[in-house]
Amino acid sequence: MGALVTREKGVVAVEAAPDQQQYLTFMLGGELFAIGILTIKEIIEYGNLTTVPLMPDFIRGVINLRGSVVPVVDLSARFGRKSAEITRRTCIVIIEVEAGEDKQDIGVMVDAVNEVLEIPDNQIEPAPAFGAKIRTDFIAGMGKVNGKFVILLNVDKVLSVDELAILDGVSGA
Amino acid sequence: MSLDQALQTFFAESRELLQQMEEMLLFLESSPEDNEAINAVFRAAHTIKGSAGMFGLDFIVKFTHTVENLLDKVRDGEVRITSDLVAELLQCRDHIEDLVEHAHGGGEELAADKHSRGEQLGTSLLRFFPGALVKSAEKAAPRQVTEAAAKLESSGGGEVASDTWHISLRFGRDVLRQGMDPLSFIRYLATLGEITSLTTLPDALPGAEEMDAESCYLGFEISFRSAADKKTIEDVFEFVRDDCEIHILPPGSKLAEFVALIKSLPEEEALLGEILVASGALTQNELEQGLKNQSQVDAPLGEILVEQHCVPQPVVDAALEKQKQGKDAKSQEARFVRVHADKLDELINLVGELVIAGASANLLARRTKDGAMMEATSVVSGLVEEIRDGALKLRMVEIGETFSRFQRVVRDVSKELGKDIGLEISGADTELDKTVVEKIGDPLMHLVRNSMDHGIEVAELRLQRGKPAKGTLQLNAFHDSGSIVIEVSDDGGGLSRERILRKALERGLIAEGQNLSDSEVFNLIFEPGFSTAEQVTNLSGRGVGMDVVRRNIQALRGTVDIDSEEGVGTTTRIRLPLTLAIIDGFLVGVSASSFVIPLDMVVECIELSEADRRAAAERNYISLRGQVLPYLRLRDLFDVSGTVARRENVVVVQYAGQKVGLVVDELLGEFQTVIKPLGRVFRNLKGIAGSTILGTGEVALILDVQSMIRMVSGKAEKGLVA
Repeated sequence: MGALVTREKGVVAVEAAPDQQQYLTFMLGGELFAIGILTIKEIIEYGNLTTVPLMPDFIRGVINLRGSVVPVVDLSARFGRKSAEITRRTCIVIIEVEAGEDKQDIGVMVDAVNEVLEIPDNQIEPAPAFGAKIRTDFIAGMGKVNGKFVILLNVDKVLSVDELAILDGVSGA
Repeated sequence: MSLDQALQTFFAESRELLQQMEEMLLFLESSPEDNEAINAVFRAAHTIKGSAGMFGLDFIVKFTHTVENLLDKVRDGEVRITSDLVAELLQCRDHIEDLVEHAHGGGEELAADKHSRGEQLGTSLLRFFPGALVKSAEKAAPRQVTEAAAKLESSGGGEVASDTWHISLRFGRDVLRQGMDPLSFIRYLATLGEITSLTTLPDALPGAEEMDAESCYLGFEISFRSAADKKTIEDVFEFVRDDCEIHILPPGSKLAEFVALIKSLPEEEALLGEILVASGALTQNELEQGLKNQSQVDAPLGEILVEQHCVPQPVVDAALEKQKQGKDAKSQEARFVRVHADKLDELINLVGELVIAGASANLLARRTKDGAMMEATSVVSGLVEEIRDGALKLRMVEIGETFSRFQRVVRDVSKELGKDIGLEISGADTELDKTVVEKIGDPLMHLVRNSMDHGIEVAELRLQRGKPAKGTLQLNAFHDSGSIVIEVSDDGGGLSRERILRKALERGLIAEGQNLSDSEVFNLIFEPGFSTAEQVTNLSGRGVGMDVVRRNIQALRGTVDIDSEEGVGTTTRIRLPLTLAIIDGFLVGVSASSFVIPLDMVVECIELSEADRRAAAERNYISLRGQVLPYLRLRDLFDVSGTVARRENVVVVQYAGQKVGLVVDELLGEFQTVIKPLGRVFRNLKGIAGSTILGTGEVALILDVQSMIRMVSGKAEKGLVA
């Protein structure tokens, strides 16, 4: 479970100019996505995952991240597609999200991480009303990189702790 | 310790003292002759006043002074304790608490309402003073503060008078570091009388390059006019006495004493002499004569003092008593260490990590099959276990303190309601985790008020029903298989089953014709929506509803149940885990997953026989030595994938008197479990209480046996209805 990339938030904040942000791009089901780098804490190899019963498909389970227990979200299942296959390049991106007043770390399972890109604000288009085949509110914008579109994800929505905690279809008490 | 830290200590201590004061006052109400209690109340007020003075919190000093004066009279037997007086003193206590909290909030100026409240209380206290004493009590503190403060500004001036006390102060180097401000002492001194002259001695001040800004180099020579006795003046410097050189000479002291003083002080004789002359304590003649005499006699200071009988008997007595008190205080200090709660939490966290690391070392050692290595790690695990228990015990506090808070609540609320209700406390020495104690106060408060408001009937009705007119409320706590149980019981009217059922039907909480046990019916009052049904059901409380009570308790991984008999009384039983951090667990395996069952609940383990396994489709119970034991299969309940193992085991667990079997594949043995919360993402998940980390680094889930049982029985009931 070696950390491949670990970035201090503070360092990034100094590097990034106000009008252009750095994004981590990654592959998911053959498509290219990106997440703003400021919320990312680290990227680790996939492994040692414990499934938690009675949770929806998109919660793959929990991992031990140096002593704290972190839930892992299957992004593919979260977008309403089929669960992601585990490959040699599968990674877990650890992201810090706001959960009410506290911060919570959540792991996101992706097929492969690519690179860190700088995308200037003027190269970002608003999300299309439909056509992306994932919920529109998950998309923060469409970044143009080398003439291709990259879907920039709205992490707060995709990993909204309140939404993740809803157990629909699971028979409770 | 910085001044700020010292201030925090003051607030913490004041709160404790106020708490003590309240307990003792309530105690005095029932036994007004108890001298010990009177003394305790007095001491509390006195200490708060003294400490507040040190920090320059004049508004606390001012008010507390009046209270203390009255208490002094009580102590001397001049004023008798009546319930009226206790009620008044309780109000004063509350006001002091207000003031302390106000100071804690960083407020400098008192709001007008608090001020007038203080005045009002002060005035109403006056009626308790015997006759002429009234005036002095009223005026003593406030006026002199201002006067003396003015004098302080123009230090050195003042009229020449020989009827003053002479005080020589040499503060210790570390006074500032210990959070004491020398000026506060002088200010406080000024509340006792009038400072006629004050000279600051900067002689000990080294050159600028050697000076440490945090050290105190100052000394003071003070002439002081006051009617206070020596002990009182000494008490002013109580907190710094150990580090500082303090000499107090009473008015009209013999010349030789001054001489001895001059000799004993580090500064030059001539200089000191001049100061004394300047301050009016001595005349030039007297000084010269004194110095001459002294050089002839050349006896040690102590001998001179004794010889001249200049120390009156009361002073000696007071000093001796003080010494004794000091000793007592020291032995108490040795028994208690005040530690910041964060430090404890940090320690517990570290111990948690240690447990996990130890488990992983253990695992590796077992793999090496090296006997000596295994031996060594097992010794380490044994020690770690002890450290764990010790560390957790540090956080354990007795519940008594929480319980005794309710004495006051019961007293006040019963007066308010016009009912005569007594509180009985048992099991006050039961210990539980500090975090739990802190959070249990509010739910308990609600239950207590509920019982008093709606449970216990008015006196006439009680007499009609053949019960004593005085209602009884009981708070009880005890340990029961890894949990602590807290009971709130009253001997009131009890819950009406019919009424609750009717209301629940109205609200659609239950279906018509549903067959519910008593406890199920009573637990309906914890449903949200039930609480708001005021008057109709007479079950509602004030502010928070019963559903909030239940939610608070569930947040502590606890449960709440109600037992009630109509006309006889109601008992609300809260069951809480002993600790929120580390438990002994029992590790079981289902397929590739591991689960932890709290060890306290595990009764025994048996193998699930072939015959029972085959019959599993029709019935999910087995015979445990002739008793029916229902079981649930973790594999089915949690949809665990993988093939069914060749053998399965039943772990028999007990919870709140109910025995249930859990069917698992493997029994992996005992395991020290450090509870890691699963986080908000899993907050709606039933059946899992949390998670822990195994020696291999993998995460295992901790089973919440009770909610699992509820899940299954809920399903069974639905199945029958459908």
